[in-house]
Amino acid sequence: MYNASDLKKGLKLEIDGEPYVVTEFTFSKPGKGQALYRTKMRNMVNGNMFDRTYRSNDKFKKAELLERAMQFLYSQGDEYIFMDNQNYEQISVSREQLGDDLNFMIDNMDVQILLFQGRTIGVTLPNSVNLRVIQADPWAKGDTTGNDSKPVTLETGFVIQVPPFVNQGDLIQVDTRTGSYMTRVKE
Amino acid sequence: MPTKVSSTLKILEERAAITQAVRSFFIARSFLEVETPIRIPAPAPETHIEPQKSEGWFLQTSPELCMKRLLASGCNNIFQICKCFRKGERGRLHLPEMTMLEWYRTNADYQQLMHDCENLLRFLIPNQNLVLGNKTINLNGPWLRITIDAAFKQFARMSLETALSTDSFEEILVVDVEPKLGINTPVFLIDYPAEMASLARLNPITPQTAQRFELYIDGIELANGFSELNDPVEQRLRFEKEREVIHSAGRSAGPMPENFLNDLGAMPDSAGIALGLDRLVMLLTNSQCIDQVVTFTPETV
Repeated sequence: MYNASDLKKGLKLEIDGEPYVVTEFTFSKPGKGQALYRTKMRNMVNGNMFDRTYRSNDKFKKAELLERAMQFLYSQGDEYIFMDNQNYEQISVSREQLGDDLNFMIDNMDVQILLFQGRTIGVTLPNSVNLRVIQADPWAKGDTTGNDSKPVTLETGFVIQVPPFVNQGDLIQVDTRTGSYMTRVKE
Repeated sequence: MPTKVSSTLKILEERAAITQAVRSFFIARSFLEVETPIRIPAPAPETHIEPQKSEGWFLQTSPELCMKRLLASGCNNIFQICKCFRKGERGRLHLPEMTMLEWYRTNADYQQLMHDCENLLRFLIPNQNLVLGNKTINLNGPWLRITIDAAFKQFARMSLETALSTDSFEEILVVDVEPKLGINTPVFLIDYPAEMASLARLNPITPQTAQRFELYIDGIELANGFSELNDPVEQRLRFEKEREVIHSAGRSAGPMPENFLNDLGAMPDSAGIALGLDRLVMLLTNSQCIDQVVTFTPETV
């Protein structure tokens, strides 16, 4: 069990049988009055956001989440198939649950599958991945528009802003947490 | 590589200058600077302020009781800058160990303390313009005094009575009212409900309210002052009530502060106020978080 004083950004709680993560946290306490622990939370199953205020005496359950190392095999319609490398067990995760993480997923990639009460609720990707640029307009020499970035399309279909020197066929490193370009990978 | 301290050298220099200016303000007005023990056998029982234990005694949550005993023993106007400790308080504006400026006037009431606040801030900010972010709070002209009742009518989604009867006073105060207070000029929120009088004297004509106020600047509560109750019988009753609430919440209340109650009858009519020095430095240095104005936080010390 957690107490109100344990609340902080990133804490994962179980409320009415669902896992929530605290995305914003404010402690307030008017003079001589009782403390308020104001939070914004995200439902980790359906993504819904909501506000909740706790008091000093409130207690709540820790969300028991498990992480399991798996490999992404392939997609089949809206289903994405992962395999446990230890026992070869396969599971499928829906497009909905993967959300924006799909922008960074390629076949045979190692990920952590996040489980709550045996149910898959999402994946945790590595902080950065290497992805191939499949479409890029060449940077015109003498371009004087002053733009220091251009959009390119990656092998996952994700469009990203990169520096002008990145070409079609290049491999680049992308930050999966922010979706931003990090560096060009030498091959 | 040493751990980085919380504040910058520039803010530490400003903080030192502010502290010295506060001292000279009070000394110039013939206040006596005092030091009372930080570790005490019995703090005032207050439902929502939890003291930190220390070898069977307590670290003070405020120097209030000892300073009032000084008034009872013949001191007149006194001030103190000291550390106070409150368990579990940590946030953008809260530290479990903070610095308090506390001052007391004999033969005075809470009105006089509000004038002190105006004079102190105007003394600390010679050009009378407090710059916060991209706005400026002007210290000239009268600072608004608004009763809690009126503030709820003006800013809150429900009346003060409804908030009190549904145990949502703090939530409505924090969410609806506080952010609106002290935006163009500092504001005194005055006349707290009698059940929140704590150690304050009730208004003689409207005893459902207490002569207590809080000072707000830019939505931040900076000081809490009141006309002091000096009736030991009434004070003991209030303490007993507080102790019952503390017990029913499953905590243990410290012992009754008997020495304080014994001396209280000898205290002349007085008024006293606590002002958060860390928050004052925050405002004067245009800082966003209390961490920026102290050397170390609980997380880095």
